[in-house]
Amino acid sequence: MKPFGFKIATTHTIIVDDKPLDTLSPISGQVPTFRRCMNCGGCTATCSAAHFTQFNIRKIHNLYRWHQIELPKKELEKCMLCGKCTLVCPRDVNLRSLIIYMRRNIDALKKKEEGEQ
Amino acid sequence: MTTQFHPFVLPFTIGAAILFCTIIYKFTRWIQTLDRKQYHTAKRTFMTSDIFPALWKMIKDIFKESLLHIKVSKINRRLGYMHRSIAFGWFLLIVVGLIETIIHFGFRGHAPWTGVFYRFFVYGNNNIVQQVFATIMDLLLLYVLSGVTMAFIKSHRPKTVGMRKTTVLRWSDRLLRYALWSIFPLRLLSETMTATLHNNGGIITQTLGNLIPLQVAELLEVPLWSLYSIALCIFFVFMPYSRFMHIFTEPLLIFLKSFGVKESKQPTGFTKTELSACSRCGICIDVCPLNNELNINNIQAVYLLRGLRHGLAYRYAATNCLLCGRCVEACPVGIDIDAIRLQARNKKRIDLRNNYTYIKERPFNAVGRVAFFGGCMSHLTPNIQESMKKIFQAVGQDYWIMDEERTICCGRPLEQQGFSNQAAELRRKNTAMIIESHATMLITSCPICYRSFTQEYHLPIKVMHHTEYIAMLIEKGLLSPEMSDLRIAYHDPCELGRGCGIYDEPRQVLSTVGTLTNVPLQRENSLCCGCNLGNTRLQSTQQLKVRDTTLNNLNTDHPDLIATACPMCKKAFQQSTTQRVADVAELVAQQIKNIES
Repeated sequence: MKPFGFKIATTHTIIVDDKPLDTLSPISGQVPTFRRCMNCGGCTATCSAAHFTQFNIRKIHNLYRWHQIELPKKELEKCMLCGKCTLVCPRDVNLRSLIIYMRRNIDALKKKEEGEQ
Repeated sequence: MTTQFHPFVLPFTIGAAILFCTIIYKFTRWIQTLDRKQYHTAKRTFMTSDIFPALWKMIKDIFKESLLHIKVSKINRRLGYMHRSIAFGWFLLIVVGLIETIIHFGFRGHAPWTGVFYRFFVYGNNNIVQQVFATIMDLLLLYVLSGVTMAFIKSHRPKTVGMRKTTVLRWSDRLLRYALWSIFPLRLLSETMTATLHNNGGIITQTLGNLIPLQVAELLEVPLWSLYSIALCIFFVFMPYSRFMHIFTEPLLIFLKSFGVKESKQPTGFTKTELSACSRCGICIDVCPLNNELNINNIQAVYLLRGLRHGLAYRYAATNCLLCGRCVEACPVGIDIDAIRLQARNKKRIDLRNNYTYIKERPFNAVGRVAFFGGCMSHLTPNIQESMKKIFQAVGQDYWIMDEERTICCGRPLEQQGFSNQAAELRRKNTAMIIESHATMLITSCPICYRSFTQEYHLPIKVMHHTEYIAMLIEKGLLSPEMSDLRIAYHDPCELGRGCGIYDEPRQVLSTVGTLTNVPLQRENSLCCGCNLGNTRLQSTQQLKVRDTTLNNLNTDHPDLIATACPMCKKAFQQSTTQRVADVAELVAQQIKNIES
């Protein structure tokens, strides 16, 4: 029998005050539709890459929104840019362009971080 | 024998010498920097008997396009006349002037500049031959001057020659344009002055010359000839760095193209030739949907090529484009703009890694079956896949729907965004999957995938677009869909039409199931649905604007439904219009069902 019940999970709390990386100010200019997302998950459901692996564009979007770049950086490399997510999005978020710009901004932030260290 | 030297010939002679040295240097550099594939293609044509048709094509094209500007004339006759009068008129002025000089001085008796300043050195209209030549030269000069006048008017009011917008030029181009324009009036004036003094003019110059007092002519003759020479000098010296370099580059481009050289993934000498061959005529601006619908008028091919050539900012121009290919089709020089744009997108993206290790190779067996690759977009339009299944069943063809095995992207969307290494990785994975399945043929319903499969993959099996396949079935008599009374407007997808040259097959198929209505802008001139994968900069509202214009164009003749052969275009149209949109396959499948029931 599999063990069931509650388990002590690691906390998912993101302490934004700790070290807020400025992920938002560049993206709102580059992709104005960024904030329209209502987290419906249509993009993730249709994603070609998600057929094969745990690629979750909605999660990445949320993490990026909350200034997280470690996981998005790794995950975004899996995207094939086929553009299905953009087509299904009911809120007309330009996801393809969002992915390209998120990657670019994350790379820039990473470089900046490394420079500071 | 009259003397053939005067100090004023010096600017011209020095200018011309500098020009020819620069051109020879540049041409050599460009040809040297062709990549291996391009070099070998040209060499193969050169070594075999293909050389004769290639040479013939080259001569024909140089005459037709560089001199007569046939393609420009097709866009607008007045515009064609303007370009032709300057190019062909000037060419004739040089050739006829040279013949005239040779007749007078013999082959060896004349200096290199004599042909240009002939009237200054040779006085008198003694015999009939000289008079005829003087008249011909005058008429030719008038011909060129008419073109220059039109060009002057065009620069202020492009509408007069049928252009809505013309290129916004940089100061250097403007300066040189004035130098070019001043050459011909100066020539007319100087010849007039000489005609006053020596009575050696033709109809126009002599008539004008007779009106001018002798003293004025004496005073102005040498200064005017000097100005003429200086204008030529300025034009020649700066020409290789301006848009007027196209005058000499266009024949080189035609030469390379007739020998089969094509644009490659990385910039080569051929790209540089193409960049310099752009005359910045601005024809690409008028056909661009972004200019026409959204008033974005700084990203067109002319500005991109200029940015790339002179090292100006070009990133924005490179990325904000639908890659619909209308400018490629319209370009009178035949520059492969989309390929250059992809190169420009490619440059800085090469370092972005991708991680596709999660796509594992899985064995498939499809021996003796045709493979159907719907592509990502067809996942969203399942009707197309169902219709294809029905068609396969109707003709008793064994099929393998690849999408049911979780296919990956064909790689073209990545390629379009400049991720060419990553696209190559996806292509490798797809190629392995297709080859190992031993399918007999690959059919795809997506023009984006089709273009990728035919132009970038090197598959050992036949690749067909589903409209081609259905057309083949109908032609062979294997499939006979029932005729209906539907009136259908067919929308040419950019990637299928301009990208792969498939215009007739979808129309053949559609004409068996309904009546095609007239669409004003169709085939090569068809508009883009706006939902294109080429552009990531446009916002959805802007895309809708592009799409609405396309829909209006399609609905001109009030069709019952719009048919298209691309899942992406279908999706784009579906989102707004109240009218029905269907894929070619769906219409055919629907008419087959009617037969069975």
